[in-house]
Amino acid sequence: MLFIGRQILKAGICTEKAPAPNDAWRIDGERIQDQILRLLGRALAIRQVDAGSCNGCELEIHALNNPYYNLEGHGIRFVASPRHADMLLVTGPVASNMKIAVQRAYEATPDPKLVIAVGDCGCTGGIFGESYASCGRVSNVIPVDVAIPGCPPPPLEILRGILSAVAAKQP
Amino acid sequence: MRMADAGFDYRPLAGAVPAAVCEVDEPQWSAAAEAFATAGARLVALWGSDRRDLGEGFVVVAAYAAADGLACVRLRAAGDPPSYPDLSSRLPAAARMQRALFDMLGVRARGAEDERPWLRHGAWPEDFFPLRRDAGGGRTFDIAQERYDFVTVAGDGVHEIPVGPIHAGIIEPGHFRFSIVGEKVLRLEERLGYVHKGIDKRFDGMPLVDAHRLAGRISGDSTVAYAWAYAMAAESIAACEVPPRAAWLRALLLERERVANHLGDLGALGNDAALAFGLAQFSRLREQWLRANAEVFGHRLLMDRIVPGGVSIDPDAGALGRLRAQCDDIEREVLTLRAIYDEHAGLQDRFQTTGIVTPELAARLGLTGLAGRASGQSRDLRVDFPSPPYDRLRVQRAGDARGDVAARVAVRFDEIAESLRLIRAIAQQTPAGETRRELFVEAAAGFGIGWVEGWRGDVLTALEADGSGRVRRCHCHDPSWQNWPLLEHAVIGNIVPDFPLINKSFNLSYSGQDL
Repeated sequence: MLFIGRQILKAGICTEKAPAPNDAWRIDGERIQDQILRLLGRALAIRQVDAGSCNGCELEIHALNNPYYNLEGHGIRFVASPRHADMLLVTGPVASNMKIAVQRAYEATPDPKLVIAVGDCGCTGGIFGESYASCGRVSNVIPVDVAIPGCPPPPLEILRGILSAVAAKQP
Repeated sequence: MRMADAGFDYRPLAGAVPAAVCEVDEPQWSAAAEAFATAGARLVALWGSDRRDLGEGFVVVAAYAAADGLACVRLRAAGDPPSYPDLSSRLPAAARMQRALFDMLGVRARGAEDERPWLRHGAWPEDFFPLRRDAGGGRTFDIAQERYDFVTVAGDGVHEIPVGPIHAGIIEPGHFRFSIVGEKVLRLEERLGYVHKGIDKRFDGMPLVDAHRLAGRISGDSTVAYAWAYAMAAESIAACEVPPRAAWLRALLLERERVANHLGDLGALGNDAALAFGLAQFSRLREQWLRANAEVFGHRLLMDRIVPGGVSIDPDAGALGRLRAQCDDIEREVLTLRAIYDEHAGLQDRFQTTGIVTPELAARLGLTGLAGRASGQSRDLRVDFPSPPYDRLRVQRAGDARGDVAARVAVRFDEIAESLRLIRAIAQQTPAGETRRELFVEAAAGFGIGWVEGWRGDVLTALEADGSGRVRRCHCHDPSWQNWPLLEHAVIGNIVPDFPLINKSFNLSYSGQDL
């Protein structure tokens, strides 16, 4: 216990400031209504869904929980069920074998809900494209609000995308 | 056992790792399997290709790890529908690879016990075989859901827990079917293939000098290992020898990838045993490590840094010095954390004797890589077939024979220490010179092998070039193929709440095996 305490003190607090939102990543500004923002406030529950990624995006999403980005400090947390979620964070091209599961996760998420496509594959289908085994971009399968490019996008960019989706849009 | 002991004529392949090909007929195919299995040699990979346009029909290749290199045993699958003699009765690791091979190419393992589809879940029709050259890759189909017959366990009080494909966490998708009584797991059956995105088909026709980008996206956590294995195969075909500086820098990237993944896993393992402190500390170190990657190499996960013919980076002496200094910092912190992990009674209670794979079982089923070394399987390509610069670095192989979660944790700690030593040595000894040589692929036709010890285990690339600078067929093999079936065994008799911990201690790739 002593060693644990000493290590915690030595490591200190390394949390950094959150980035500003980027409105350019919003696919359809109309879907993000004031009502959603009022409901969500600054407490956001996210269900992450890997729809066919190489796992690169997952590694960077994991990093959001490390002390540097301290996602929970922003009131944002990952939940185990889409039924508890306000937002789906979807990675990868949607593999044909995952299409039904992704649609079901979307349907199980209560309205109002937000969907973010993470990474080049989620935005465009990426290097995998569309084929017998891949449905391509996430928006080919479910409606998407914000798409974050990058292969994979670094944690700060993912955080920026999440904040872009929930930040109040000034008229 | 050495390759020649099987008594076939081998044609050696050029390249950084020793490999050779031999043509066999059906009786020899089975005899080779028998001989390698008897000698305890491992089946590394199994794949097939459609060579009907070249007059060879369908060809299947089984690659075995012989004592003197990789033995690629090649058979023309005869008959209509085409088939080949089953390997799985002698080499259990072949079972899922054979099922996948049928789904992709329509070539059946004759006499196999399990003929259920593996990668095909119903998203494309039964008679559509994507890797046949006359199958259009761009074709899409109406998606149906097909019934899959899980093995059922019957008995008083036995019930099933279905999990997935979407798991309760930030994890890749796959389905686990537990048969349990009370809290105890009687049987686990995995069903994978959910993230199959047609990678083998996607390779078809890509320029040889570009396809490393696709290889580097088969499993994001092993992008360096895959890109290196791909580049090695392409260089073998084009008879290109990479400059010494490029080889050293490749090893630097590979060891950095190993450390990054081990740091991440050690944190997650602490967390899965309810020590959140471990996750906070190790994820802090991992973040520092990845930031140094971004600063020195321009990419946090090191994607696209290895290219056919060399590397796309050229760090100066100052940058290499900073990497060396970082190794000292990280080593100090990891030693502190290791002492805390070792002395934490609650943590050790969860780690020890949990999820055991005995060395006997590991040998019989072909457990490989990190998990293999934690179950007494002392294989490491960096030691067994050291390609430059490993021939100069003398890697110390980690090992443990306990086969439980604690052993897999210990191997990770040992491998971090060794990789930090290697990174310091590489940063000091990397020779000056060019970092990339042009690959002349226009006229290059033929077959090449790349084989690299990634952090999870050995990654294999088998590449065919078409003679006009394009990929004809590329199959990449992840060590997770071998190790997933062992997870089913490791969990037997454990309680359900220990499954996440056991699973994490293997940390296998879904995307790498689903392709």
